[in-house]
Amino acid sequence: MFLRYEKGGINLKSATGINQTIKKTNTNKKVTQWYLAKKSFRRHWQLYLLIIPPVLYFIIFKYIPMFGAVIAFKDYNVVQGIMGSPWVGMKHFENFFNNPVAWDLIKNTLYLSLYQLAITFPLPIILALALNEIKDGLFKRSVQMFTYAPYFISTVVIVSMIILMLSPRTGIINTLVEMLGFESINFLGQADMFRSIFVWSDAWQLTGYSAIIYLAALAGVDKQQYEAAKIDGASRIQRIINVDIPGIMPAIVIILILSVGNLMAIGFEKVYLLQNPLNLSTSEILQTYVYKMGIINANFSFSTAVGLFNSIINLILLVLVNAIARRVSGNGLW
Amino acid sequence: MRKNKTLIRESFTDRIFLGGVYAYLCIVMLIVLYPLIYIVSASLSSPEAVTSGQVWLWPVDFSLEGYIEVLRNSDVIRGFRNSILYTFGYTVLAVVLTVIFAYPLSRESFYGRTFLMFFILFTMLFYGGLIPEYLVVQKLGMLDTPWAILIPKAMAVWQIIIARTFFQSSVPEELVEASEMDGCSSLKFLWYVVIPLSKPIIAVLALMYAVFQWNSYFDAMIFLKTEALFPLQLELRELLIVQSDSGANMDIAEQQRRKQLANLMKYSLIVVSSLPVLIIYPFAQKYFVKGMLIGSVKG
Repeated sequence: MFLRYEKGGINLKSATGINQTIKKTNTNKKVTQWYLAKKSFRRHWQLYLLIIPPVLYFIIFKYIPMFGAVIAFKDYNVVQGIMGSPWVGMKHFENFFNNPVAWDLIKNTLYLSLYQLAITFPLPIILALALNEIKDGLFKRSVQMFTYAPYFISTVVIVSMIILMLSPRTGIINTLVEMLGFESINFLGQADMFRSIFVWSDAWQLTGYSAIIYLAALAGVDKQQYEAAKIDGASRIQRIINVDIPGIMPAIVIILILSVGNLMAIGFEKVYLLQNPLNLSTSEILQTYVYKMGIINANFSFSTAVGLFNSIINLILLVLVNAIARRVSGNGLW
Repeated sequence: MRKNKTLIRESFTDRIFLGGVYAYLCIVMLIVLYPLIYIVSASLSSPEAVTSGQVWLWPVDFSLEGYIEVLRNSDVIRGFRNSILYTFGYTVLAVVLTVIFAYPLSRESFYGRTFLMFFILFTMLFYGGLIPEYLVVQKLGMLDTPWAILIPKAMAVWQIIIARTFFQSSVPEELVEASEMDGCSSLKFLWYVVIPLSKPIIAVLALMYAVFQWNSYFDAMIFLKTEALFPLQLELRELLIVQSDSGANMDIAEQQRRKQLANLMKYSLIVVSSLPVLIIYPFAQKYFVKGMLIGSVKG
C-alpha cells in the first residue's frame, strides 16, 4: 500500500526518484556520484543535520533488533550480553521443532490466518462495489460513516465487547439463545468457536475501513466505459463484472499480496486478549507463544528463534506471492 | 450528475438488483450499528436490568450508576490522565520526527534519498522480533518509564511515506530555489514556508498517531510494571478482561449487588474510554480517508 500505481505495475525504483536525479545532472558535465553528494551536502547541510534523529531512531529501534536476532543462535544471558553469549548453532530451532507443540502452533497460526484472509479479503470489495452502485447522498454517506466507525475502537474495547456480549450468564446473545429454548453456550470457552469469533469480529471492525481503498480505485475507473457498456445494453451486474472489477484489479492484487505477506503476523494483540485456558488449544499461535516464552518466562534465545522462524516464513510468503502475482496479472509490489 | 441517465431506462432486472444492493447495505449498517447501540443502552440502564438481560435495544430503568462507579474508580481516572499525557507527548514527538525526515526525502536534489527510502522500507519487510526489541529498550534503561511508551514506536514508515508524497506534490522545487536565491536557509524555509503550507498533512499525521497511541495497550503491558504509569487501555484490560471477583467476606445480597454493579460498570467504561476518539471521529474520518488516499492511490 505504500507504493504508487503506475502503468503496468508498480516500480519501487522510480518511486524513489533515482532515475530523475541522475538524468538531470548528466547533461553537459561528466559527473561522479561523489560530486553529486558534495554538491547536495553543501546545499542541504541543514537538512542532513535534521535527519540525524530520525535516522538514529531507525537504527536503534529497527536495525539493532534485526541484528539482535542473532541471539536465536546463541545462549543469551544478561551478564555476557548479546555479543558475549556463547554460540549454540541451531539448538533452539531443533528444540522447538522437536517439541510436538510446534506443529500445533504452526497449524493454529495458519488456520487462523487463512480463515481470516478468506473472510476479510473479499468482504470489503463487495461493500465497495455495492456502495459504488448507489447514488451519492445521505444514505451512502451514512453507510460509509457507520461502517468505518468501528475501526477507531481499541482492541481492548473490542475484546471486552465480545466477552460481554457472549457471556454465558449475562450476555445478550445467550439471553437470545435461552429465549429460543436452548441451553446457553459458553462461546469463549469452546476451542472450536475461537476462530470464528476472532475472524468475524475482525470483519465487523475492519470491513468499512478496508473498503476505502477500493472505493478510491473505483472512483478512478473511466466513466466513458460505463456509458459505452450501458449503450451496449450491459446490465448492472455485467457492468460490475466487466468494467468495475477489471478497473480495480491492480488494487485487489496489491492488497492480496500484502495480506498474504502478513499471513503469519495476524492481529496478535487481539488473539492474546481473547485467549483463556479453555480455548488455548486453538488460540495459541506462534506470536503469543513467543511472548509467553520470551517476556514472561525470560527464555530470550528460544523465543527469538521462534519469532525469527515466523518472520522468515512471512518474508518467503511475500516474495513468493509477489512473484506469482507478477506472472499471472503483471502487477506486483516490485 | 446522473440526470441524463433516464435516456436509457433501467431494465427490470437492474432495478431488482439495485433493490438488492440497498437491502444489503441496510443489513450491513444494522450489523455494524447494533453492538454499538446495545453497549451504550446497557451502560445507561440499571444494574439489575443489564444482568437479567432485559436490555436489548433501548435503556431499561434509566440510570447513571455505571458512570458514577467509573468516576469513583481512581485507577480509571489515573489511567485516563496518563493516556492523555502519553497521547499528547507521543503525537508531538512523532509528528516532529516524521516531518523532519519526510521533508528532506521529498527533495529531488537531496543526495542519498534513494538509499534512505530503501533504508526505511526494508524495516517493513523484515522484523527483528519482539524479544530483540525488548532487549534494546531494556538496554537503554527505558523499562518501566514513560519513555518506553513514547520512543520505541515514535515513527511509522507508512506515515513518513504519506508526508513525503504530500511534500513532493505541494512544495514545488521552484519555490525552494526562489527562496535560496533570496538567501533563505533550509531550516528557515521549512519553518516559515513548508510547515504553514502543510497544515492538512500535519493534521492527518497527528490524528493517525494520536488514535494509535490512545488505543494501544501492548507496549505498556510489556514495558511497564508500575501501576501508576499505566495508560487507560491497560487499566481497561485489567478491569474488563482479566478482572477476578473479590469480596468473598460480604453477605450474599451485597455480593450479588456488587457483581451486578461491576458488570454494569464494564459497559460504562467502554463508552467512557471510547469517548475521546468518538468525539474527534467526524473530523478524523475526513482526514483519515485523505491520508489513506495520499499514501496509496497516487496518480
